[in-house]
Amino acid sequence: MKIIHRITLAAASLCLAITSAYALEGDAKAGEQAAVVCAACHQPTGIGMNIQGGESWPKLAALDAEYLHKQLNDIKAGTRQSPTMMPFVSMLNEQQLKDVSVYYSQLPAVQGQFDDAATEEELAHGEKLAMEGDWDRYIVPCMKCHGPDNLGVGATFPKLAGQHAGYIADQLHAWQAGKRDNDPQHLMVAIAERMDDKDIRAVSQWLSRQPAQR
Amino acid sequence: MKNTKQLLLRGLAVAVAASVFSLNVQAEQRFPVNMPEAKDGEYVHVPPTMEDLEKSDFHPELKRVIRRGHDLFVNTQQLRDKNVFNNMNCSSCHLGEGRLPFGGPVWPAAVTLSDYRGKNGHVNNLEERLVGCFTYSMNGKPPAYGSDDMVALTAYHQWLAKGVPMYQDGKNMYGRGYPKLAEPAEKMDYDRGAQVYKDNCSLCHGENGAGVVQNDKVVFPAVWGDDSYNWGAGIIRHYTMSSFIKHNMPLGRPNSLTDQEAWDVAYYIGSQERPQEPRFTGDVKETREKYLETFHKHSSYGLEVNGKLQGEGASMGRKDFLMPDIVRSRTFTAD
Repeated sequence: MKIIHRITLAAASLCLAITSAYALEGDAKAGEQAAVVCAACHQPTGIGMNIQGGESWPKLAALDAEYLHKQLNDIKAGTRQSPTMMPFVSMLNEQQLKDVSVYYSQLPAVQGQFDDAATEEELAHGEKLAMEGDWDRYIVPCMKCHGPDNLGVGATFPKLAGQHAGYIADQLHAWQAGKRDNDPQHLMVAIAERMDDKDIRAVSQWLSRQPAQR
Repeated sequence: MKNTKQLLLRGLAVAVAASVFSLNVQAEQRFPVNMPEAKDGEYVHVPPTMEDLEKSDFHPELKRVIRRGHDLFVNTQQLRDKNVFNNMNCSSCHLGEGRLPFGGPVWPAAVTLSDYRGKNGHVNNLEERLVGCFTYSMNGKPPAYGSDDMVALTAYHQWLAKGVPMYQDGKNMYGRGYPKLAEPAEKMDYDRGAQVYKDNCSLCHGENGAGVVQNDKVVFPAVWGDDSYNWGAGIIRHYTMSSFIKHNMPLGRPNSLTDQEAWDVAYYIGSQERPQEPRFTGDVKETREKYLETFHKHSSYGLEVNGKLQGEGASMGRKDFLMPDIVRSRTFTAD
């Protein structure tokens, strides 16, 4: 690629990165203090926990700060239903919600957990859905919006690669059931509605196994 | 007897299309796809998939070349700075790997060409049609006729058209292109379009229309500006863009905007800056006039929108030439 074009692309990427990093005014050090209330479930490393057959606690480490902040605000406002999270976000004030978001976003990426028993067939199906989609059922591939390696795009489309399989599956089911409704322009509800249990199992098992960082 | 058979066959085709193309209904869907039903007498074709290719008994080398064509189709960015000089892939506008009804499926081109095209005033074959795609939509330099990439791309088109009779009536194909919407109830409006864009499109395509590039990879294509298609691309015509948007956008939410919203936002997007028309004569009004009947009648190019003469001062984008050398007129005579 010609140097000038590589520079142009790099500059565009940098602009995107800068916008994300400085858009949210939070302090990581203060966030570390406030995150004491989060650590029991999300762990000091921000890895959370994959809980098969139960409610998984999402990995927060190295997710986008603005995305995390929006979720916290939505939970507080009730536009994202989470009985589990409600008491905890209620303990934090506006600034603290920003601080913990910045704090978690700056933690080193860690790899989430999955079900070891997932079969080759399931993983192949998951890869297909995540990378190529199934256009006959209008299931757009995850990577189209979540990024070429599903590591997320900006503040809107969160990192999926290396997230707990259980958490990913929970969210897809929640959108399907109408229990989660805070996705911009209902882009996720639309996709989730077209998926069946086999699809959700496959895609969450595959995504969870993907590298959580470049 | 013949009529009954035709009726049964058509019914079967429609049923197949219905079952294959996302009429999969589970519980009550809040955001159904609402793909239009096939009309009476329409020719319905369900293109084969890449999985079908692997299972076929084609020669392994042919499979490899078709795979190459598919790869170029979904990742045309690999030809960046060689043939592609913007942020587009074929699949940016020809959705679902070029298979999706109402998403500009590409198999019709394989069976309706060679044909006369008003755009360049002579008979084009499939490769020349692709030359057009690279020249305008990709703001680029087309691969040479008969080059490996052209052979691969055309092979992929032909694969998708497997089983369709040659010169099957193009006017009658279910899901072909982006079928024109009914005329808008209200005249297309720039400010209304700007609002539609802000509410529905800017999330992915950016407030500045530049889309998103991340780690040197294009995530969401640019819909205007230097990295977008140029003023000669078919989609700058408002009737093309409005239909594309209505049937396909926001991505994953087809048929969710009203027709009026689709027209308005098409007008808005079609009245932004982008690289110059390769056929630019030196004057935008003159260029518009020269290609009015065959093309620009339906675009904003060469017109004033919000006090700005569209196309005036347009750059060449990321390339340093206007019209690629490969583009030429044809007479098909002995001379």
